[in-house]
Amino acid sequence: MTARIEQRFADVAAEGRPVLVTYFMGGDPDFDTSLAIMRSLPQAGADVIELGVPFSDPMADGPAIQLAGQRALKAGQTLAKTLDLARRFREQDQRTPIVLMGYYNPIYIYGVERFLDDAVQAGVDGLIVVDLPPEMDDELCIPALDKGISFIRLATPTTDDRRLPKVLENTSGFVYYVSMTGITGSALPDPSLIAGAVARIKSHTKLPVCVGFGVKTAEHARVIGASADGVVVGTAIVNQIASSLTEEGRVTEATVPGVEALVRGLSAGVRASRLAAAE
Amino acid sequence: MNQPLKPNSFRAGPDEDGRFGIFGGRFVAETLMPLILDLQDEWNKAKSDPAFKAELEHLGAHYIGRPSPLYFAERLTAELGGAKIYFKREELNHTGSHKINNCIGQILLAKRMGKTRIIAETGAGQHGVASATVAARFGLPCVVYMGATDVERQAPNVFRMKLLGAEVKPVTAGSGTLKDAMNEALRDWVTNVDNTYYLIGTAAGPHPYPEMVRDFQAVIGQEAKEQILAAEGRLPDLVVAAVGGGSNAIGIFHPFLDDDGVRIVGVEAGGKGLEGDEHCASITAGSPGVLHGNRTYLLQDGDGQIKEGHSISAGLDYPGIGPEHAWLNDIGRVEYVPIMDHEALEAFQTLTRLEGIIPALEPSHALAEVIKRAPKMGKDEIILMNLSGRGDKDIFTVGKILGMGQ
Repeated sequence: MTARIEQRFADVAAEGRPVLVTYFMGGDPDFDTSLAIMRSLPQAGADVIELGVPFSDPMADGPAIQLAGQRALKAGQTLAKTLDLARRFREQDQRTPIVLMGYYNPIYIYGVERFLDDAVQAGVDGLIVVDLPPEMDDELCIPALDKGISFIRLATPTTDDRRLPKVLENTSGFVYYVSMTGITGSALPDPSLIAGAVARIKSHTKLPVCVGFGVKTAEHARVIGASADGVVVGTAIVNQIASSLTEEGRVTEATVPGVEALVRGLSAGVRASRLAAAE
Repeated sequence: MNQPLKPNSFRAGPDEDGRFGIFGGRFVAETLMPLILDLQDEWNKAKSDPAFKAELEHLGAHYIGRPSPLYFAERLTAELGGAKIYFKREELNHTGSHKINNCIGQILLAKRMGKTRIIAETGAGQHGVASATVAARFGLPCVVYMGATDVERQAPNVFRMKLLGAEVKPVTAGSGTLKDAMNEALRDWVTNVDNTYYLIGTAAGPHPYPEMVRDFQAVIGQEAKEQILAAEGRLPDLVVAAVGGGSNAIGIFHPFLDDDGVRIVGVEAGGKGLEGDEHCASITAGSPGVLHGNRTYLLQDGDGQIKEGHSISAGLDYPGIGPEHAWLNDIGRVEYVPIMDHEALEAFQTLTRLEGIIPALEPSHALAEVIKRAPKMGKDEIILMNLSGRGDKDIFTVGKILGMGQ
């Protein structure tokens, strides 16, 4: 529910540091490993979990997330199983917000009403659906808000001041600022540009603003975290998983610990941005 | 789902949100939304600008070679012993297919918008060649995304595009065919929003592309209507075209949609049969879903994952269809039927031998349906078929299947 996202952002803000949002692909490289990765994230320092829903044609994603989706689909991942991941995680953790991130077609085929009911039941708090701009809000955004699920919108450098109010209108939970035009996994742009963009968005909304696309290291997380309410890390985690797998794409002993270590480092990064800001 | 109401006109769509009934729309990432809105504005202005229309018509006449002829296929008609068969000869256009009609229109828009770089996707390479051609004509750099599998099987077109100065980028992601090329073109566009114009090749994608491409292709049907009235003094009884994404088909269908007595048939690629996965019959064997910016009929599994299609014709090898066709099907105005690979192949040979015209494999599908229907129709009845492309690009594919030399 939205309440869980608000609570988490409020709690972390009280600590005087940005939120660490971690993305990984549900079902990559297989269901059980994915569940183990998900369960390890809060202990490693992740505040919010973005759970990727694989899609055969991920038009806004770079090669790393495309391949992760293909591995997941090959291992038999479906939207129903991704909801099951959320449900299993929620059995042990009632406080970490879960945001499903993906494309519309699997949800449309599952059936919007049925999907929202099952998502609420599984303990999903928010949705990021890449190919549903505000012009398409009747499809899923409005029905999701009616059920108490946040609809988190992406704002981009092409979202100018004229358009920003429309983008923010039905956005809830937080705003995800995509720090560049391009696909996931591209290079990080100039931090000062990001700080300006975050300030611009914050002049239009009271919602927290998280920044993603291009955040790979603890140092990135620290720098971005100095101006944003949260930092989203996705491709770096997905790459970490990929690099731990066998040639056939199977899990190894290094898979889960590798993600834990990376997230622990990123977590130290966001915590250091509090110190930096205090100086 | 309720049965949609019959509209007063079948030609009024889309609505201002780009919908044809439940189909169409604008399902794109936020990064692209402002670009699509800009494009829509520019398109709306261009539509009512006499200078734009004049330039389009001038290039149509002197660069493309319009109007394309309407040809009475006398020997084929005699052979089949039924309805009179007329071909709208889009295969005689510059670059060998109807694709150039749309490319000229869109590159004029790109110029108006001040864009300095053109990107396009292509399957068989016909749209890629047409895009590379207009980019050369207007002096703009052009990048064509093409599935790695298609790069291999359509080598002559890859060579043509390169000669025209385009950069051909093979796409290995996914299965390396048209849908993956389209994904990659969208990724390029999302990355290079400032200077790049995405020249979509078919009447699909986010609004306003389906409407815009249709309007650029509707010249086919407008000319054909005048030509058939001049030749026969009346409208045809049946209009037939092949449908992949569906731009040649919507182009010839649209001007006839409100003519009650004209039956209209779209022919999908039935591949090796509809039972398995080796076909591209999105309407006859698919279901509504959302891909590449629009809602339409798609080949997909129960989880909403898009399936790979198959067709002997690379130009029909796309797991979706333009949204206006999806709507015309649901509302019952146009009938969509599948034709199998082997039927298209037979039709290809029939036309080649009887009329001395080598058709592309795409319109060979339409022709196979004409060959089925003409004998059952009266000798006073008229069939109009869109002969949308020439078969030079397909001779090696066909030769290989028929075992005719190396």
